[in-house]
Amino acid sequence: MTPFQYARANDVADAIKQIATDPSAKFIAGGTNLIDLIKYDVEGPTRLIDISHLPLRSVEPTAAGGVLIGAMVPNTDLAYHPLIEQRYPLLARAIMSGASQQLRNMASTGGNLVQRTRCFYFYDTTTPCNKREPGSGCSAIDGVNRINAILGTSEACIATHPSDMCVALAALEAAVHVAGPAGTRTIALADFHRLPGNTPQRDTNLEPDEIITAIELPSKGFSANYSYLKIRDRLSYAFALVSVAAALELDGDTIKDARLALGGVAHKPWRSSAAETVLRGERADASAFARAADILLHGAKGYGHNNFKIGLARRAIMRTLGQAARGTPQSNSDKKIR
Amino acid sequence: MASYIGSATSRIDGRAKVTGEARYAGEFNVPGLVHGYVVESAIPKGRVVGIDTSGALEVDGVIDVLTHRNRPPMADNDDAYKDEVATEKGSPYRPLYDDRILFGGQPLALVLAEDWESARVAASRVRIEYQKEPHVTDLHAQRDTAFAIDTPEKPRGDAGKAFASAAVRHVAEYFIPTEHHNPMELFASTAIWDDGRLTVYDKTQGVQNVQKYLCGVFKMKPDEVRVLGPYMGGGFGAGLRPQYQVVLAVLGARALKRPVRVMLTRAQMYALGYRPASIERLALGANSGGTLDAMTHEAIAVTSQFEEFARNDTGWGNLLYKSPNAKFEHRLVKLDLPTSCDMRAPGAATGVYALECAMDELAIALNTDPVQLRLQCYSERHQGEDVPYTSKQLRECYRQGAAEFGWDKRNPQPRSMREGSELVGWGMASGVWEALQMPATVRIVLTANGHAEVATAASDIGTGTYTIMAQVAADMLGLPIDNISVKLGDSTLPQCPVEGGSWIASSVCNAIANTAREVRGDLLKLARRMKDSPLADAGVDDVALTDGKIVSKRDANRAVSIASAMLSDNAERITREETNKVAEDKSHARNVHSAIFAEVKVDEELGVIRVTRLVNAVAAGRILNLKTAHSQVMGGVVWGIGMALHEETLFDHRFGRVMNANIAEYHVPVNADVHDIKVIFVDEPDETVNPLGIKGLGEIGIVGVAAAIANAVYHATGKRVRDLPITLDKVVQFN
Amino acid sequence: MARSGTARRVTRAATVPEKIPIRLTVNGSQMELTVAPWTTLLDALRDHLDLTGTKKGCDHGQCGACTVLVDGRRINSCLTLAVMKEGAEITTIEGLARDGELHPLQQAFIDQDAFQCGYCTSGQICSAAGLIAEGKARTPDEIRELMSGNICRCGAYPNIVAAILQAMERS
Repeated sequence: MTPFQYARANDVADAIKQIATDPSAKFIAGGTNLIDLIKYDVEGPTRLIDISHLPLRSVEPTAAGGVLIGAMVPNTDLAYHPLIEQRYPLLARAIMSGASQQLRNMASTGGNLVQRTRCFYFYDTTTPCNKREPGSGCSAIDGVNRINAILGTSEACIATHPSDMCVALAALEAAVHVAGPAGTRTIALADFHRLPGNTPQRDTNLEPDEIITAIELPSKGFSANYSYLKIRDRLSYAFALVSVAAALELDGDTIKDARLALGGVAHKPWRSSAAETVLRGERADASAFARAADILLHGAKGYGHNNFKIGLARRAIMRTLGQAARGTPQSNSDKKIR
Repeated sequence: MASYIGSATSRIDGRAKVTGEARYAGEFNVPGLVHGYVVESAIPKGRVVGIDTSGALEVDGVIDVLTHRNRPPMADNDDAYKDEVATEKGSPYRPLYDDRILFGGQPLALVLAEDWESARVAASRVRIEYQKEPHVTDLHAQRDTAFAIDTPEKPRGDAGKAFASAAVRHVAEYFIPTEHHNPMELFASTAIWDDGRLTVYDKTQGVQNVQKYLCGVFKMKPDEVRVLGPYMGGGFGAGLRPQYQVVLAVLGARALKRPVRVMLTRAQMYALGYRPASIERLALGANSGGTLDAMTHEAIAVTSQFEEFARNDTGWGNLLYKSPNAKFEHRLVKLDLPTSCDMRAPGAATGVYALECAMDELAIALNTDPVQLRLQCYSERHQGEDVPYTSKQLRECYRQGAAEFGWDKRNPQPRSMREGSELVGWGMASGVWEALQMPATVRIVLTANGHAEVATAASDIGTGTYTIMAQVAADMLGLPIDNISVKLGDSTLPQCPVEGGSWIASSVCNAIANTAREVRGDLLKLARRMKDSPLADAGVDDVALTDGKIVSKRDANRAVSIASAMLSDNAERITREETNKVAEDKSHARNVHSAIFAEVKVDEELGVIRVTRLVNAVAAGRILNLKTAHSQVMGGVVWGIGMALHEETLFDHRFGRVMNANIAEYHVPVNADVHDIKVIFVDEPDETVNPLGIKGLGEIGIVGVAAAIANAVYHATGKRVRDLPITLDKVVQFN
Repeated sequence: MARSGTARRVTRAATVPEKIPIRLTVNGSQMELTVAPWTTLLDALRDHLDLTGTKKGCDHGQCGACTVLVDGRRINSCLTLAVMKEGAEITTIEGLARDGELHPLQQAFIDQDAFQCGYCTSGQICSAAGLIAEGKARTPDEIRELMSGNICRCGAYPNIVAAILQAMERS
């Protein structure tokens, strides 16, 4: 591993100042992903700027009727926060289906957004990987790719975004508040993560000198009709093969509004406004769900070991929408999928 | 006094383990400790043509970097590297010996530093230049190169002909992928060099095996090397042979004349041994009455290019089922990998999986209940050797297991049972393992205060050896268990084989019985010499040790306390050492058996599988400790769940590398995967297998479990998955 | 990790960054130690403070053997930098028993035979202590889910759940 220096940031301005002076520095908050990558020699910052003590730990209602979540709020605190449990249970369920309780206790809200992508070859420094070494080639496309992406892939990269929380944030249309040398800006969650294209080394549109300060949830929480379903190779403590966040606003049987996002299938949480549009005004039934699934999965492509994800995703979407429509969200502890 | 043997005694080492006081091999922080970090090969085959250690040596705290070029001397012949578990054929791997790269992840350098953190940093700065050679790591691609080895079981009749003319036939290939043991403890050794003498704390299942090995490799005298391993954080077979980190730790200690610890990373442990991937072909032919006429079991399994590791995958049918015609063949494929090795129930976990799935498929072809088919084919004799069993309560296992499970409520039709979105499947299988005994010596030191120390060089790898030894000794010496201390895991203690094969309980406990008898004899001698001794005319087998006394078996009133007998002669201690008697006796087959009943629930659309219920009924002779025995079998069941649904080492054969060399992507069961497991011990008195009637439990728990689950998945879904693990995409056709 | 000649080159720092003195409260005692910036809390406990009860099973947050309580919350000490926990209250397995009397969870783990080899045990018990403090798990299913971050290769899971239920009942 590459050794690094350690410095603590006193406040957001200090953090921005510190990172601006050292291009090989990185912020560290929970550390659950960055320390892992440093130990594997995948990341090698020469300085870590500790932002874990920044006063960004509140979860507060906004004037617009939403909620503003400080970037340093630990994942469990967020999932268990009454505002989130009651108004945004989709987010709470998604968070609680990721990683383990220990990791959720450590991981920060902001850090969850900037987890690096998942791919066996990205983590194995002896193999070519365009994400680690641009231009070296993608080993996964013709390799062991059961865990890799089926949507939004490129010839350069088929890695998947690993977060569960972000899938719910995508469905809830969260916004990411960031601060940098040029001031603050807000990035829609949909625009925060990138597709690999020919720059797979970049996972997000956050600039290296910017810091996430907060996540803002709009007022609509879909707390009556939602579900987060995560399909994986064992029943807990595993990454998603496919996960689905579904949220519906119903008027009787009719869908007034719908949100749908997938995890485990692309380089970012996968959403399509067309898939949601097709649901609006429809009866909440299997035929509408199937149409939405087909649109959301349009263009899906398997690479061999992961071909099954296309069909699995389609069925998982339909099931999750059904759970949401019935108001019977998937439980994290009862492993029966109803 | 109630007997300890057979009770549910809590582990005597429990307190040390729940308080964190128990120290494992990598936890001896001796003064001046040097930390080693291994640099491993990035390629699977070739030569090292250059190693640049200059960048590593620049790091503060780094003392040296050892490679094959500058290491201290080591033996130059194969015999020196052959440990007691080494394969018969081949040349054992020699760590850091020369420039040859035989497998990916092979250690090529050892960074030695004042602290772990510096060693880790420096390891990243070692530059290695390779000369690559073509490699092969794919069993399927290389199966045509398979060569036969001596078969464990002789053929009889003409299995091919009988199969061809059988009324009902089943033939299929089953596949078990490479699996890694993944004990929770990282492999580690701490080697302490003291003026020509070496003390080594090692993660091993056999301290004496490692001690002898190190003496060979480093040409040291037996009294110059002591190997200790009081606790081991899981072995499962991975610690039967000395692993390379112990050699590296000793090399470091010899080079620096300082204590050196080498702890592997989880990823590096994927370059140790593994359960070999195997292709198992079963051909079963039955007559219309539903008994077997033909049984052929052929296996093709993986070994390295330099050693031939093979275990009995194919002979288990001879123990379970009658068939007048039978043929067994075991073949090996050599790949550019480390040598495969024993992993929990080696041979049986894989072979019985295939056999018991094949029997399920045959039962379906015969339209017969799977339990009924097994009873129809039930063998009262070992079919290959044509000898009876010392005991075989397998019928009772089937009966009690089925009753507990509620098997009679099963609808035999696949896909016939469902609960909402889930299909429910019930499957069963048989299990079988050997009841082995190996020579072991136990020393008992009885002191006049009524305490006894019981010692042998065994290892307790989580099996409960400490506890059962204390129980047996307490009963045999008539002392409370709190007065017994057990010493294990030290090569200077009396001889004991490696902890494996489920043989330690029978070997060590029978040795305790023999030693205790000698102690009893010594006590009786003292008691008989006492004035007006009530035992004056008693022989050693006329008395027992009970409640701290030497008591006549005929008249309990005739007794002398142990303390007074010893005080009468001013004897402070009685020391005895005896070995269990292991006679070569081929008149009987010695086996443990089990019947497993599993319930799975499979989401019909999504293929998600849950093992909701499992009963394992085991007949394994005398059960020494209900609590630890239950845990042993339950743990085996959890392994079976992992084998059935989760475990697979994934290779990229282009690079010859393991791609999931970690414990996040190599899936083992987590708490949420494990539900209702019921373990039944079927009563099985057996005075023939050994005097105490102990058969051992370490392996039997896993055997047959994966088959029962696979059969249950078939029953639930109608889909037969023969290649493990059964992942959701194999159960449901998604596209 | 060794790299072949084609692999990414590590930036070679002229010198390795200086070690940093820190203070931790471990099991109620103030500890002063000097660590590298990249020394994990796990390595600080095991190698620097000789508190080897906390176990290293993967060093990557994949097994839970290194679980300790930091300010009352269960975390993976292998992914935690020691320097980042300056001033924090850390409880390890060595700090659970009081005056020689076992913590109810420790006793329950013995009673229920909730371990075999013992190597995951410290992490399981610390994790269970965190779980009980969280107060979110009541049913066996909830315990199973919230204890799934602690792998037990010996397969003691049902007994671990039983031990936690025993400790919950008695506390």
